Amino acid sequence: MKDHCLIYFFVLIMFLPVAGVFSQESLLDMLGEEAEIEYAMATFKTNRVINLHSLENTHRGVLDIKIGHRFGLITGGFDNFFGLDNAVTRIGADYGLLEDLQIGLGRSTFQKTVDSYGKYRILRQSTGAVAMPLTLSILGSAAVRTDPWVINDQKVENKYRWFYTWQLIAGRKFSDFFSLQLSPGLVHRNLVETADLSNTTVHVGIGARFRLSRRVTLNTEWIYVLPDQIDDRFRNSLSIGLDIETGGHVFQLHFTNSLPMTEHGFINQSTGDWSKGDIHFGFNISRVFTIVKPETFR
Amino acid sequence: MKIISLALLLVFSTGIDLQAQSIYFTREGKVSFFSEAPLENIEAHNHRASSVIDLESCKIEFSVLIRGFMFEKSLMQEHFNENYMESHLYPRATFKGNFINCDEIDFEADGTYPFEVEGELEMRDISQSIAVEGVFTIKNGHINGKAGFTVLVADYDIRIPAIVRDNIAREIEVTIDADYRKLER
Repeated sequence: MKDHCLIYFFVLIMFLPVAGVFSQESLLDMLGEEAEIEYAMATFKTNRVINLHSLENTHRGVLDIKIGHRFGLITGGFDNFFGLDNAVTRIGADYGLLEDLQIGLGRSTFQKTVDSYGKYRILRQSTGAVAMPLTLSILGSAAVRTDPWVINDQKVENKYRWFYTWQLIAGRKFSDFFSLQLSPGLVHRNLVETADLSNTTVHVGIGARFRLSRRVTLNTEWIYVLPDQIDDRFRNSLSIGLDIETGGHVFQLHFTNSLPMTEHGFINQSTGDWSKGDIHFGFNISRVFTIVKPETFR
Repeated sequence: MKIISLALLLVFSTGIDLQAQSIYFTREGKVSFFSEAPLENIEAHNHRASSVIDLESCKIEFSVLIRGFMFEKSLMQEHFNENYMESHLYPRATFKGNFINCDEIDFEADGTYPFEVEGELEMRDISQSIAVEGVFTIKNGHINGKAGFTVLVADYDIRIPAIVRDNIAREIEVTIDADYRKLER
Protein backbone atom coordinates (compact mmCIF):
# COMPACT_ATOMS: atom_id res chain seq x y z
CA MET A 1 0.00 0.00 0.00
CA LYS A 2 2.70 2.39 0.98
CA ASP A 3 4.63 1.50 -2.18
CA HIS A 4 1.62 2.36 -4.30
CA CYS A 5 1.38 5.75 -2.65
CA LEU A 6 4.99 6.37 -3.47
CA ILE A 7 4.43 5.50 -7.11
CA TYR A 8 1.52 7.93 -7.36
CA PHE A 9 3.64 10.53 -5.66
CA PHE A 10 6.43 10.08 -8.21
CA VAL A 11 3.99 10.18 -11.07
CA LEU A 12 2.73 13.44 -9.64
CA ILE A 13 6.26 14.84 -9.33
CA MET A 14 6.92 13.92 -12.93
CA PHE A 15 3.98 16.00 -14.10
CA LEU A 16 4.79 19.04 -12.01
CA PRO A 17 7.84 20.27 -13.92
CA VAL A 18 5.97 19.73 -17.20
CA ALA A 19 3.19 22.00 -16.02
CA GLY A 20 5.85 24.52 -14.99
CA VAL A 21 7.53 24.48 -18.39
CA PHE A 22 4.40 25.68 -20.15
CA SER A 23 4.20 28.86 -18.18
CA GLN A 24 7.87 29.75 -18.39
CA GLU A 25 9.06 29.22 -21.96
CA SER A 26 8.16 31.16 -25.06
CA LEU A 27 4.84 30.13 -26.53
CA LEU A 28 6.42 30.02 -29.98
CA ASP A 29 8.70 27.18 -28.87
CA MET A 30 5.63 24.95 -29.01
CA LEU A 31 5.56 25.29 -32.80
CA GLY A 32 9.07 23.99 -33.15
CA GLU A 33 11.66 25.23 -35.60
CA GLU A 34 10.79 25.26 -39.26
CA ALA A 35 14.02 25.21 -41.20
CA GLU A 36 14.20 27.63 -44.11
CA ILE A 37 16.77 28.06 -46.85
CA GLU A 38 18.67 31.30 -46.53
CA TYR A 39 20.32 32.31 -49.78
CA ALA A 40 23.37 34.53 -49.74
CA MET A 41 22.25 37.98 -50.78
CA ALA A 42 24.11 40.73 -52.64
CA THR A 43 27.38 38.91 -53.17
CA PHE A 44 28.06 41.63 -55.71
CA LYS A 45 26.04 44.82 -56.16
CA THR A 46 25.19 44.05 -59.76
CA ASN A 47 25.55 41.28 -62.33
CA ARG A 48 29.00 42.50 -63.44
CA VAL A 49 32.15 42.73 -61.33
CA ILE A 50 33.52 45.39 -63.68
CA ASN A 51 33.74 43.81 -67.14
CA LEU A 52 33.40 40.22 -65.99
CA HIS A 53 30.02 38.70 -65.32
CA SER A 54 29.57 38.40 -61.57
CA LEU A 55 27.80 35.45 -59.98
CA GLU A 56 24.75 37.63 -59.39
CA ASN A 57 21.70 37.12 -61.58
CA THR A 58 19.16 39.77 -62.46
CA HIS A 59 16.05 38.78 -60.53
CA ARG A 60 13.11 37.20 -62.31
CA GLY A 61 11.00 39.73 -64.16
CA VAL A 62 13.55 42.52 -63.77
CA LEU A 63 15.05 44.44 -66.69
CA ASP A 64 18.46 45.96 -66.10
CA ILE A 65 19.46 48.64 -68.61
CA LYS A 66 23.20 49.15 -68.66
CA ILE A 67 25.17 51.94 -70.22
CA GLY A 68 28.93 51.58 -70.23
CA HIS A 69 31.64 54.02 -71.27
CA ARG A 70 35.38 53.52 -71.57
CA PHE A 71 37.25 56.71 -72.28
CA GLY A 72 40.58 57.16 -74.04
CA LEU A 73 43.94 56.73 -72.34
CA ILE A 74 44.32 58.99 -69.33
CA THR A 75 47.90 59.56 -70.56
CA GLY A 76 46.35 61.37 -73.54
CA GLY A 77 47.11 64.65 -71.80
CA PHE A 78 45.16 67.89 -71.85
CA ASP A 79 44.85 67.84 -75.66
CA ASN A 80 42.53 64.85 -75.38
CA PHE A 81 41.23 65.99 -71.97
CA PHE A 82 42.90 62.96 -70.36
CA GLY A 83 40.99 60.60 -72.57
CA LEU A 84 37.52 62.02 -72.03
CA ASP A 85 37.37 63.25 -75.66
CA ASN A 86 36.93 59.71 -76.92
CA ALA A 87 34.73 56.98 -75.58
CA VAL A 88 33.70 53.47 -76.40
CA THR A 89 30.06 52.92 -75.50
CA ARG A 90 28.05 49.79 -74.88
CA ILE A 91 24.32 49.92 -74.42
CA GLY A 92 22.84 46.72 -73.12
CA ALA A 93 19.83 45.12 -71.54
CA ASP A 94 19.82 42.22 -69.07
CA TYR A 95 16.63 40.40 -68.17
CA GLY A 96 15.81 37.77 -65.58
CA LEU A 97 13.69 35.16 -67.37
CA LEU A 98 13.74 32.96 -64.29
CA GLU A 99 15.29 33.52 -60.88
CA ASP A 100 18.25 31.42 -62.07
CA LEU A 101 18.29 32.27 -65.79
CA GLN A 102 19.33 35.62 -67.16
CA ILE A 103 19.64 36.68 -70.79
CA GLY A 104 21.09 39.81 -72.33
CA LEU A 105 21.75 41.76 -75.47
CA GLY A 106 24.16 44.60 -76.15
CA ARG A 107 25.63 46.78 -78.84
CA SER A 108 29.07 48.29 -78.49
CA THR A 109 30.82 50.92 -80.59
CA PHE A 110 34.05 48.90 -80.29
CA GLN A 111 34.24 47.21 -83.70
CA LYS A 112 30.47 47.78 -83.86
CA THR A 113 29.95 44.57 -81.93
CA VAL A 114 26.57 43.07 -81.16
CA ASP A 115 26.58 40.56 -78.31
CA SER A 116 24.09 38.31 -76.60
CA TYR A 117 24.43 35.88 -73.74
CA GLY A 118 22.68 33.55 -71.35
CA LYS A 119 23.71 32.94 -67.74
CA TYR A 120 22.31 30.05 -65.74
CA ARG A 121 22.82 29.54 -62.01
CA ILE A 122 23.40 25.87 -61.22
CA LEU A 123 24.14 26.14 -57.49
CA ARG A 124 23.27 28.93 -55.10
CA GLN A 125 25.12 29.66 -51.88
CA SER A 126 22.85 29.14 -48.88
CA THR A 127 22.59 28.24 -45.23
CA GLY A 128 19.76 26.81 -43.16
CA ALA A 129 17.71 23.90 -44.50
CA VAL A 130 20.14 23.55 -47.41
CA ALA A 131 23.78 24.40 -46.79
CA MET A 132 25.63 25.22 -49.99
CA PRO A 133 29.08 26.79 -49.69
CA LEU A 134 29.25 28.42 -53.11
CA THR A 135 27.38 29.75 -56.09
CA LEU A 136 28.09 28.22 -59.49
CA SER A 137 26.85 29.65 -62.77
CA ILE A 138 27.53 28.98 -66.41
CA LEU A 139 27.77 31.70 -69.01
CA GLY A 140 27.58 31.39 -72.78
CA SER A 141 27.93 34.41 -75.04
CA ALA A 142 28.09 35.05 -78.77
CA ALA A 143 29.28 38.28 -80.37
CA VAL A 144 29.57 39.46 -83.95
CA ARG A 145 31.57 42.32 -85.48
CA THR A 146 29.47 44.44 -87.79
CA ASP A 147 32.12 47.06 -88.63
CA PRO A 148 33.64 47.39 -92.12
CA TRP A 149 36.35 44.88 -91.26
CA VAL A 150 38.78 44.59 -94.16
CA ILE A 151 41.77 42.28 -94.50
CA ASN A 152 43.88 42.48 -97.70
CA ASP A 153 41.30 44.75 -99.32
CA GLN A 154 38.62 42.14 -98.76
CA LYS A 155 35.67 42.56 -96.50
CA VAL A 156 35.75 39.80 -93.92
CA GLU A 157 33.00 37.30 -94.54
CA ASN A 158 30.15 36.94 -92.07
CA LYS A 159 31.11 33.49 -90.86
CA TYR A 160 34.53 34.80 -89.71
CA ARG A 161 33.09 37.65 -87.69
CA TRP A 162 31.81 35.57 -84.77
CA PHE A 163 33.24 35.15 -81.26
CA TYR A 164 32.01 32.76 -78.58
CA THR A 165 32.75 32.72 -74.86
CA TRP A 166 31.99 30.05 -72.27
CA GLN A 167 32.65 30.61 -68.61
CA LEU A 168 32.03 28.84 -65.37
CA ILE A 169 31.54 31.31 -62.54
CA ALA A 170 32.23 29.93 -59.08
CA GLY A 171 32.28 32.14 -56.05
CA ARG A 172 31.30 32.80 -52.51
CA LYS A 173 30.29 35.61 -50.23
CA PHE A 174 32.79 34.96 -47.45
CA SER A 175 31.52 37.74 -45.25
CA ASP A 176 29.66 40.98 -45.40
CA PHE A 177 32.95 42.59 -46.27
CA PHE A 178 34.42 40.17 -48.80
CA SER A 179 33.20 38.24 -51.85
CA LEU A 180 35.39 36.34 -54.31
CA GLN A 181 34.78 34.55 -57.59
CA LEU A 182 36.78 32.58 -60.12
CA SER A 183 35.78 32.54 -63.78
CA PRO A 184 37.61 29.94 -65.83
CA GLY A 185 36.58 29.91 -69.47
CA LEU A 186 37.17 29.59 -73.19
CA VAL A 187 36.96 32.12 -76.00
CA HIS A 188 36.56 30.87 -79.54
CA ARG A 189 37.42 33.18 -82.43
CA ASN A 190 36.34 32.17 -85.91
CA LEU A 191 39.24 34.16 -87.33
CA VAL A 192 42.69 34.82 -85.82
CA GLU A 193 45.44 37.23 -86.91
CA THR A 194 48.12 34.64 -87.74
CA ALA A 195 48.17 30.92 -88.42
CA ASP A 196 50.23 30.10 -85.31
CA LEU A 197 47.51 31.41 -83.01
CA SER A 198 44.86 29.04 -81.82
CA ASN A 199 41.21 29.83 -82.44
CA THR A 200 40.26 28.81 -78.94
CA THR A 201 41.93 30.46 -75.96
CA VAL A 202 41.80 29.52 -72.29
CA HIS A 203 41.55 32.07 -69.49
CA VAL A 204 40.88 32.37 -65.78
CA GLY A 205 39.26 35.47 -64.35
CA ILE A 206 39.35 36.49 -60.70
CA GLY A 207 36.93 39.02 -59.29
CA ALA A 208 36.63 40.33 -55.76
CA ARG A 209 34.60 42.88 -53.88
CA PHE A 210 35.29 44.61 -50.61
CA ARG A 211 32.39 46.37 -48.97
CA LEU A 212 33.55 49.78 -47.80
CA SER A 213 30.20 51.05 -46.55
CA ARG A 214 26.54 50.21 -46.90
CA ARG A 215 26.43 51.72 -50.37
CA VAL A 216 29.98 51.59 -51.66
CA THR A 217 32.11 48.58 -52.56
CA LEU A 218 35.61 48.34 -54.01
CA ASN A 219 35.76 45.87 -56.89
CA THR A 220 38.72 44.47 -58.71
CA GLU A 221 39.20 41.87 -61.41
CA TRP A 222 42.06 40.33 -63.32
CA ILE A 223 41.80 38.00 -66.27
CA TYR A 224 44.77 35.78 -66.94
CA VAL A 225 44.99 34.38 -70.47
CA LEU A 226 47.20 31.30 -70.61
CA PRO A 227 50.49 32.06 -72.42
CA ASP A 228 51.12 31.91 -76.20
CA GLN A 229 47.49 32.15 -77.20
CA ILE A 230 47.04 35.78 -78.18
CA ASP A 231 49.10 38.28 -80.15
CA ASP A 232 51.98 39.91 -78.24
CA ARG A 233 50.39 43.34 -78.28
CA PHE A 234 47.48 42.18 -76.13
CA ARG A 235 47.67 42.23 -72.34
CA ASN A 236 45.77 40.62 -69.52
CA SER A 237 42.82 42.70 -68.40
CA LEU A 238 43.14 44.35 -65.00
CA SER A 239 40.52 46.69 -63.56
CA ILE A 240 39.77 48.34 -60.25
CA GLY A 241 36.79 50.46 -59.32
CA LEU A 242 33.99 51.47 -57.01
CA ASP A 243 30.35 50.41 -57.04
CA ILE A 244 28.10 53.13 -55.69
CA GLU A 245 24.46 52.26 -55.15
CA THR A 246 21.69 54.84 -54.88
CA GLY A 247 18.27 53.19 -54.70
CA GLY A 248 17.43 51.95 -58.20
CA HIS A 249 20.82 52.78 -59.74
CA VAL A 250 24.25 51.29 -59.41
CA PHE A 251 27.15 53.41 -60.65
CA GLN A 252 30.37 51.55 -61.34
CA LEU A 253 33.39 53.84 -61.76
CA HIS A 254 36.70 52.26 -62.63
CA PHE A 255 40.16 52.30 -64.12
CA THR A 256 40.94 49.55 -66.60
CA ASN A 257 43.37 48.66 -69.37
CA SER A 258 40.49 47.23 -71.45
CA LEU A 259 38.56 49.30 -73.98
CA PRO A 260 36.13 46.61 -75.15
CA MET A 261 33.19 45.61 -72.98
CA THR A 262 32.20 42.32 -74.58
CA GLU A 263 33.77 39.08 -73.29
CA HIS A 264 36.01 38.17 -76.19
CA GLY A 265 37.13 41.78 -76.42
CA PHE A 266 38.30 42.49 -72.90
CA ILE A 267 39.65 38.96 -72.42
CA ASN A 268 41.68 38.73 -75.65
CA GLN A 269 42.01 42.28 -77.01
CA SER A 270 43.04 44.53 -74.12
CA THR A 271 45.90 46.71 -75.27
CA GLY A 272 46.66 48.96 -72.31
CA ASP A 273 49.77 48.43 -70.22
CA TRP A 274 49.27 49.40 -66.57
CA SER A 275 53.02 49.74 -66.00
CA LYS A 276 53.13 52.51 -68.66
CA GLY A 277 50.03 54.20 -67.35
CA ASP A 278 47.99 53.05 -70.36
CA ILE A 279 44.74 53.00 -68.52
CA HIS A 280 41.23 54.15 -69.25
CA PHE A 281 38.69 55.72 -66.98
CA GLY A 282 35.26 54.19 -67.42
CA PHE A 283 31.86 53.69 -65.88
CA ASN A 284 28.80 51.46 -66.07
CA ILE A 285 25.41 52.75 -65.08
CA SER A 286 22.80 50.18 -64.21
CA ARG A 287 19.13 51.03 -63.83
CA VAL A 288 16.59 48.33 -63.00
CA PHE A 289 12.91 48.20 -63.95
CA THR A 290 10.41 45.69 -62.63
CA ILE A 291 8.61 44.24 -65.66
CA VAL A 292 6.79 41.29 -64.11
CA LYS A 293 5.54 42.00 -60.61
CA PRO A 294 5.79 39.32 -57.91
CA GLU A 295 2.56 37.38 -57.35
CA THR A 296 1.52 39.22 -54.19
CA PHE A 297 1.46 42.52 -56.11
CA ARG A 298 -0.55 41.52 -59.17
CA MET B 1 -4.02 8.37 0.44
CA LYS B 2 -4.27 6.51 -2.84
CA ILE B 3 -7.50 8.28 -3.67
CA ILE B 4 -6.10 11.67 -2.81
CA SER B 5 -3.09 11.06 -5.03
CA LEU B 6 -5.31 9.90 -7.85
CA ALA B 7 -7.50 12.94 -7.47
CA LEU B 8 -4.45 15.21 -7.49
CA LEU B 9 -3.17 13.48 -10.58
CA LEU B 10 -6.50 13.97 -12.29
CA VAL B 11 -6.57 17.64 -11.41
CA PHE B 12 -3.10 18.13 -12.81
CA SER B 13 -3.66 16.19 -15.97
CA THR B 14 -6.89 18.02 -16.70
CA GLY B 15 -5.06 21.22 -15.93
CA ILE B 16 -2.57 20.40 -18.64
CA ASP B 17 -5.40 19.50 -20.99
CA LEU B 18 -7.14 22.77 -20.33
CA GLN B 19 -3.96 24.64 -21.14
CA ALA B 20 -3.57 22.75 -24.40
CA GLN B 21 -7.15 23.56 -25.30
CA SER B 22 -6.61 27.26 -24.88
CA ILE B 23 -3.66 27.41 -27.26
CA TYR B 24 -4.08 28.54 -30.84
CA PHE B 25 -1.45 29.03 -33.49
CA THR B 26 -0.64 29.91 -37.08
CA ARG B 27 2.41 29.52 -39.29
CA GLU B 28 0.90 31.42 -42.21
CA GLY B 29 0.02 34.74 -40.64
CA LYS B 30 0.13 37.72 -42.97
CA VAL B 31 2.17 40.71 -41.90
CA SER B 32 2.32 43.68 -44.25
CA PHE B 33 3.77 47.13 -44.01
CA PHE B 34 3.18 50.26 -45.92
CA SER B 35 4.79 53.65 -45.92
CA GLU B 36 3.85 56.67 -47.90
CA ALA B 37 6.60 59.01 -49.02
CA PRO B 38 6.69 61.87 -51.51
CA LEU B 39 8.61 59.92 -54.15
CA GLU B 40 7.69 56.32 -53.65
CA ASN B 41 5.26 54.25 -51.61
CA ILE B 42 6.86 51.24 -50.02
CA GLU B 43 4.84 48.10 -49.49
CA ALA B 44 5.87 44.61 -48.46
CA HIS B 45 4.10 41.41 -47.51
CA ASN B 46 5.12 38.41 -45.49
CA HIS B 47 2.77 35.42 -45.51
CA ARG B 48 4.75 33.18 -43.21
CA ALA B 49 4.48 34.73 -39.78
CA SER B 50 4.25 32.38 -36.82
CA SER B 51 2.04 33.21 -33.87
CA VAL B 52 0.76 31.51 -30.75
CA ILE B 53 -2.10 32.66 -28.53
CA ASP B 54 -2.70 31.26 -25.08
CA LEU B 55 -6.09 32.42 -23.81
CA GLU B 56 -5.45 30.79 -20.43
CA SER B 57 -2.43 32.94 -19.62
CA CYS B 58 -3.71 35.78 -21.88
CA LYS B 59 -0.50 35.84 -23.89
CA ILE B 60 0.21 36.30 -27.56
CA GLU B 61 3.47 35.96 -29.45
CA PHE B 62 4.45 36.72 -33.03
CA SER B 63 7.59 35.97 -34.95
CA VAL B 64 8.43 36.86 -38.52
CA LEU B 65 11.51 36.36 -40.69
CA ILE B 66 12.73 39.69 -42.07
CA ARG B 67 13.88 37.94 -45.26
CA GLY B 68 10.34 36.73 -45.84
CA PHE B 69 9.05 40.20 -46.72
CA MET B 70 8.27 40.37 -50.43
CA PHE B 71 8.55 43.70 -52.22
CA GLU B 72 7.32 44.69 -55.63
CA LYS B 73 10.86 45.64 -56.60
CA SER B 74 13.43 42.97 -55.89
CA LEU B 75 16.22 45.52 -55.57
CA MET B 76 14.23 47.32 -52.89
CA GLN B 77 13.87 43.99 -51.11
CA GLU B 78 17.60 43.47 -51.26
CA HIS B 79 18.31 46.94 -49.88
CA PHE B 80 15.72 46.47 -47.14
CA ASN B 81 17.58 43.35 -45.98
CA GLU B 82 21.14 44.49 -46.65
CA ASN B 83 21.18 48.17 -45.76
CA TYR B 84 18.30 48.86 -43.42
CA MET B 85 17.25 45.77 -41.46
CA GLU B 86 20.58 43.95 -41.73
CA SER B 87 18.69 40.68 -41.69
CA HIS B 88 21.86 38.58 -41.75
CA LEU B 89 22.58 39.95 -38.26
CA TYR B 90 19.00 40.26 -37.05
CA PRO B 91 16.93 37.64 -38.89
CA ARG B 92 13.64 38.01 -36.99
CA ALA B 93 11.17 40.49 -35.62
CA THR B 94 9.23 39.24 -32.60
CA PHE B 95 6.34 40.48 -30.53
CA LYS B 96 5.38 39.26 -27.07
CA GLY B 97 2.32 40.70 -25.44
CA ASN B 98 -0.57 40.31 -23.05
CA PHE B 99 -4.26 40.72 -23.75
CA ILE B 100 -5.86 43.45 -21.66
CA ASN B 101 -9.37 42.06 -22.07
CA CYS B 102 -8.66 38.34 -22.31
CA ASP B 103 -11.81 37.17 -20.50
CA GLU B 104 -14.04 38.85 -23.11
CA ILE B 105 -12.61 36.65 -25.88
CA ASP B 106 -14.05 33.24 -26.62
CA PHE B 107 -12.67 31.35 -29.60
CA GLU B 108 -15.30 28.63 -29.17
CA ALA B 109 -18.28 30.90 -29.83
CA ASP B 110 -19.03 32.72 -33.08
CA GLY B 111 -18.82 36.47 -32.91
CA THR B 112 -16.50 39.45 -33.18
CA TYR B 113 -14.22 40.27 -30.29
CA PRO B 114 -12.30 43.55 -30.24
CA PHE B 115 -9.05 43.17 -28.33
CA GLU B 116 -6.19 45.17 -26.97
CA VAL B 117 -2.68 43.89 -26.51
CA GLU B 118 0.26 45.50 -24.78
CA GLY B 119 3.71 44.16 -25.31
CA GLU B 120 7.23 44.42 -26.62
CA LEU B 121 8.17 44.54 -30.30
CA GLU B 122 11.74 43.45 -30.85
CA MET B 123 13.74 44.11 -34.01
CA ARG B 124 17.46 44.50 -34.50
CA ASP B 125 18.05 43.66 -30.81
CA ILE B 126 15.99 46.67 -29.77
CA SER B 127 12.82 46.25 -27.77
CA GLN B 128 10.04 48.86 -27.69
CA SER B 129 6.71 48.80 -25.89
CA ILE B 130 3.71 49.05 -28.16
CA ALA B 131 -0.04 48.79 -27.79
CA VAL B 132 -1.99 47.05 -30.52
CA GLU B 133 -5.72 47.09 -31.13
CA GLY B 134 -7.51 44.64 -33.31
CA VAL B 135 -10.44 42.33 -33.67
CA PHE B 136 -10.97 38.60 -33.68
CA THR B 137 -13.74 37.22 -35.87
CA ILE B 138 -14.98 33.72 -35.11
CA LYS B 139 -17.25 32.21 -37.73
CA ASN B 140 -18.12 28.51 -37.93
CA GLY B 141 -15.08 27.68 -35.87
CA HIS B 142 -12.81 29.70 -38.20
CA ILE B 143 -10.67 32.06 -36.13
CA ASN B 144 -9.31 35.21 -37.75
CA GLY B 145 -7.43 38.06 -36.12
CA LYS B 146 -6.76 41.47 -37.65
CA ALA B 147 -4.69 44.24 -36.14
CA GLY B 148 -2.61 47.25 -37.01
CA PHE B 149 -0.04 49.55 -35.47
CA THR B 150 2.57 52.12 -36.37
CA VAL B 151 6.33 51.76 -36.06
CA LEU B 152 8.75 54.67 -35.98
CA VAL B 153 11.85 53.94 -38.03
CA ALA B 154 14.02 55.88 -35.59
CA ASP B 155 12.94 53.68 -32.66
CA TYR B 156 14.90 50.78 -34.10
CA ASP B 157 18.07 52.58 -35.08
CA ILE B 158 17.36 52.12 -38.80
CA ARG B 159 19.61 54.64 -40.47
CA ILE B 160 18.40 56.33 -43.63
CA PRO B 161 21.08 58.16 -45.60
CA ALA B 162 20.41 61.76 -46.59
CA ILE B 163 20.38 60.91 -50.30
CA VAL B 164 17.23 58.79 -50.03
CA ARG B 165 15.65 60.50 -47.02
CA ASP B 166 12.75 61.79 -49.09
CA ASN B 167 12.04 58.30 -50.43
CA ILE B 168 11.45 56.69 -47.09
CA ALA B 169 8.81 57.64 -44.55
CA ARG B 170 9.63 57.95 -40.88
CA GLU B 171 6.50 56.06 -39.90
CA ILE B 172 5.60 52.61 -41.10
CA GLU B 173 2.08 51.23 -40.89
CA VAL B 174 2.00 47.55 -40.06
CA THR B 175 -1.09 45.39 -40.56
CA ILE B 176 -1.65 41.82 -39.46
CA ASP B 177 -4.15 39.30 -40.73
CA ALA B 178 -3.90 35.78 -39.34
CA ASP B 179 -6.06 32.66 -39.24
CA TYR B 180 -5.56 30.59 -36.09
CA ARG B 181 -6.03 26.91 -35.45
CA LYS B 182 -6.17 25.02 -32.20
CA LEU B 183 -2.86 23.45 -31.27
CA GLU B 184 -3.33 19.66 -31.14
CA ARG B 185 -0.91 17.65 -29.06
